[in-house]
Amino acid sequence: MAINIKDPSAVQEMMKGLWRDNPVFVQVLGMCPMLAVTNSAINALAMGIATLFVLVGSSALVSAFKNLIPKQVRISLYIVIIATFVTVIDYTLLALVPAIHKELGAFIPLIVANCMILGRQEAFAAKHSVGFAVMDAIGMSAGFVIALFALGSVREILGNGSLFGIDLFGAGFEPWVIMILPPGGFITLGLILLFFNWVTERKARFLEQVVAAEQARG
Amino acid sequence: MTIEQQSLEQEPSSTKLALSLAFAGLISGIIIISIFEATLPTITANKARELREAVFKVLPNVTSMQKLQFDNGKLRVRTEKGADEDTIYGGYGSQGQFIGYAVEGAGPGFQDTIRVLYGYLPEQRKIVGMEILESRETPGLGDKIFKDMAFVANFDDLSVDPKIKAVKKGTKSAPYEIDSITGATISAKAVVRIINEARVRWEDRLPAPGNEPKLELVSKKAADEGKGDTPPTPAPGN
Repeated sequence: MAINIKDPSAVQEMMKGLWRDNPVFVQVLGMCPMLAVTNSAINALAMGIATLFVLVGSSALVSAFKNLIPKQVRISLYIVIIATFVTVIDYTLLALVPAIHKELGAFIPLIVANCMILGRQEAFAAKHSVGFAVMDAIGMSAGFVIALFALGSVREILGNGSLFGIDLFGAGFEPWVIMILPPGGFITLGLILLFFNWVTERKARFLEQVVAAEQARG
Repeated sequence: MTIEQQSLEQEPSSTKLALSLAFAGLISGIIIISIFEATLPTITANKARELREAVFKVLPNVTSMQKLQFDNGKLRVRTEKGADEDTIYGGYGSQGQFIGYAVEGAGPGFQDTIRVLYGYLPEQRKIVGMEILESRETPGLGDKIFKDMAFVANFDDLSVDPKIKAVKKGTKSAPYEIDSITGATISAKAVVRIINEARVRWEDRLPAPGNEPKLELVSKKAADEGKGDTPPTPAPGN
């Protein structure tokens, strides 16, 4: 079931997660980790990578066994598969990078309940071949990582005056404390969604104009 | 054929459903146990190292340590596994002389339990160092209890009598007062409360100065003295 990377449709499956179907900005999924762990760039990145591992692993497995999984218990089986991957990444992080594990705390186990992951199993992995499922999972989690990182870096820069713990502005900068508190997460997410919708709308309007111009000419 | 019969035909037997779930659970269990077993030594070692480093940090000039346990009304060297809340750490100098205790305390902070380790010199009745072992305080605010060095330095020479008190930043005047953190009052007060509680708990349990348990297994710090931040070798028996 090897997938040729140059196959345009496989690449499309991956790319759609980055922008067009971005899990956070478009589908607005996975909001809990999105708001909770994005108070610094490094936390956001670690959370994103952990999610990537879980999503790619479970998508591959669900897709490989899709014909053996009875429809009636599929959701429970997806959860078992996802939970196993989450436990693996939980212990791995605890052993390898205890400092980051400490910061992420309860949110690693909560990846199990990330609706983006379960959603991809049900909507995509269970209906497609392993190759496509993996490409889709990589794309979706990359989109998730981008979104987490965007939120995390904005909040850390404004709220703490630093990025990845490196001071950016010196002593004269008064941090906007609210940005690293929960309200800051909502405000930043709202502004990013606003920007995203604005870009999408402008693009749609531009395309409409192009079509109209074509019709007028033809 | 009635609709009922149709749906009965399409439905796999419950045995099959149960079996597939049980099988998935079994595989998942095996994987979880293997990853747990594989990472356990590293995780335990990490935790022990963190604690050891913390003990050497909160007690200056200490070169070796041993676990002490309060048992049957007496503080003795910990031999076997006892309850963790009855355990403290004794710090000893290069000649094996007793220097002070490192006591662990825990309590609720702003978000979750904070675990604190502090170094205590019983003879001078002074706290000489504080280290946060675990906390989930708000990054950028509450986490200043261990990131704000000015706050941590409050505990480097702190009298415990009558009891520690957090005061508004910049108004510290008595030897038992500490400067709080602006914007993280709850976290700072939590640390103070945890230390006070732990101190009250241990006040009567500690033997009179001079009667501390002797260092049983002498272990030398691998690094030269003065390099306080190099990880010391583990004390045998720990």
